[in-house]
Amino acid sequence: MKRERTYGIMAEFDSAQALIDAAKRTHEAGYDKIDAYSPFPIEGLAEEIGFHHDEVPLVVMIGGIIGGLTGYLMQYWMSAVDYPLNIGGKPYHSWPAFIVITFEMTILFAGVSAVFGMLALNGLPMPYHPVFNVPRFSSASKDRFFLIVFSSDRKYDPAGTRDFLQSLQPRSLSEVPS
Amino acid sequence: MDDQYKMTVSAQETPVIGPGYTFGTVTEKISAIVLTRPASNGWFVGFGIAFLLTMMMLYAIGYLFLKGIGIWGVTIPIGWGFAIVNFVWWIGIGHAGTLISAILLLLRQSWRNSINRFAEAMTLFAVACAGIFPAIHVGRPWLAYWLFPYPSTMGVWPQFRSPLIWDVFAVSTYATISALFWFIGLIPDMATLRDRATHPAARIIYGMLSMGWRGSARHWHRYETAYLLLAGLATPLVLSVHTVVSFDFAIGIVPGWHTTIFPPYFVAGAIYSGFAMVLMLAIPIRKIYGLEDFITELHLQNAAKVMLATGLIVAYGYGIEAFMGWYSGDRYDAFTLWNRLHGPYAIPYWALLICNIFIPQVLWIRKLRTSPLALFLISGVILVGMWLERFIIVVVSLHRDFLTSSWGMYYPTRWDWMTYIGTIGMFLAAMFLFLRLLPAISIFEMRTLLPEAEVKE
Repeated sequence: MKRERTYGIMAEFDSAQALIDAAKRTHEAGYDKIDAYSPFPIEGLAEEIGFHHDEVPLVVMIGGIIGGLTGYLMQYWMSAVDYPLNIGGKPYHSWPAFIVITFEMTILFAGVSAVFGMLALNGLPMPYHPVFNVPRFSSASKDRFFLIVFSSDRKYDPAGTRDFLQSLQPRSLSEVPS
Repeated sequence: MDDQYKMTVSAQETPVIGPGYTFGTVTEKISAIVLTRPASNGWFVGFGIAFLLTMMMLYAIGYLFLKGIGIWGVTIPIGWGFAIVNFVWWIGIGHAGTLISAILLLLRQSWRNSINRFAEAMTLFAVACAGIFPAIHVGRPWLAYWLFPYPSTMGVWPQFRSPLIWDVFAVSTYATISALFWFIGLIPDMATLRDRATHPAARIIYGMLSMGWRGSARHWHRYETAYLLLAGLATPLVLSVHTVVSFDFAIGIVPGWHTTIFPPYFVAGAIYSGFAMVLMLAIPIRKIYGLEDFITELHLQNAAKVMLATGLIVAYGYGIEAFMGWYSGDRYDAFTLWNRLHGPYAIPYWALLICNIFIPQVLWIRKLRTSPLALFLISGVILVGMWLERFIIVVVSLHRDFLTSSWGMYYPTRWDWMTYIGTIGMFLAAMFLFLRLLPAISIFEMRTLLPEAEVKE
């Protein structure tokens, strides 16, 4: 595959409202491969750029189920199978006593899955990314809002996309080198 | 309904965040503490003292490893002395951080945004202090890892019917989840520091810690989902941790321990002492670093109200304990109550009642709820009171149980005190470092509180 010379075109906006409006119009104009960057989470922005499938809850649920099963089966196997020990005449498989650790293991596995699942789905850690080549992008973690159309988009053409983004009245436009 | 809500909100005199701030000024103000502001002499003195206390703790623990548990005041019948008192005290303090960051997030209490970060740090450091005690209390501390179920050549496993092993799982899960919750909250702020820092080393370190965060809308979406789910998981977890700690006592048959009120009253007591610690940290921090616009009177008032409410639950717990001592007709329970009120440890018990029940009632007065100095002092009183509570539960219950022939007394030694005070030093040293190295207030969550963050679809 031929290496793209540019990664995309990036538009800078002043406010969250401007970004969300611009994202909406860009998506409606038929651009699929776009992304928006903001210094804090903006409700509804992900939907505007066409992101609908968040798999984090599924990952957490699977993690939680695995954790719960691990916790319970571990105790069952250790106390009733591998080394049965009579403690005060209690049954080897004394399930009520196993509930606490089962619960804790559920929380532990689900929580670890939430954090590492989120990072993995986001493709993080990723120390280098082309958007960091834009000098103005350092404000994306402070008070500026950015919208990018990737050059891999079907509708992307260097001049046309640039004109389109210009029509959204951004504060600045920059080409993102690959 | 909606109008009524708006009216209630506007009727609040003190806002969550001072007026006139923008995304930029909020960012600059918080990150400047870490990036540009030079460390003051006061910081060095404070950190120095805390560091020396930490060294004292390490000395005491080193001597303990050399000599054994005999250097402490623990003797039969009081096998659980300062170590368990301090363990329960510290872990309880940690609970307020999780309450603020998780439970108040689920309840959509936006005022939490300016205190959750350092409250979570407080949780983490308090749990670290708490974790030291059971580990050094096991008698042969170098074998403390026997608590975990690992495949060993001995072929035996932990005893899962015991609340003590439940505690191992509860506390280690709590430490892990608290650390993850704290770290995930820091990621976007690390990106801010990475982009603001001028020193190359700082850029690299914060850059690594930020994991390459770039604030993509897709990332934020998954981030918020994970954060919310983590809050949902941490909420039952934090309640379970102190419940399991209370099981350590309640499942035993010792009079003064064997009671069903313990779980809720332990959890309430934990939050009570935790909020007291939050205030003791927040009041000096906001003053020294000029953060009065971010940690406003509203925060102090709300924390005071939480203390008042949980303090009343704790008082109810004491009341029920006393009532059951009389009502159960059990002579040992009745004796435990009498012994608390009139026995050799009556002074700590009465001091506990004064510190935890009587003095905090002044928080009903609005003027004191908004006075930082008064709150600071009352919080100190509550922390002492909650420590005394654990002392009463652990020591006074054990020292006189069923057989008069096996009664005894507990006198803490200098090593007990050095270890205890040393952990306070360690806690403060970690807080001092945290204030200088990481943003003490969540920057990105503060941005969401600003009016300009609002969008309409």
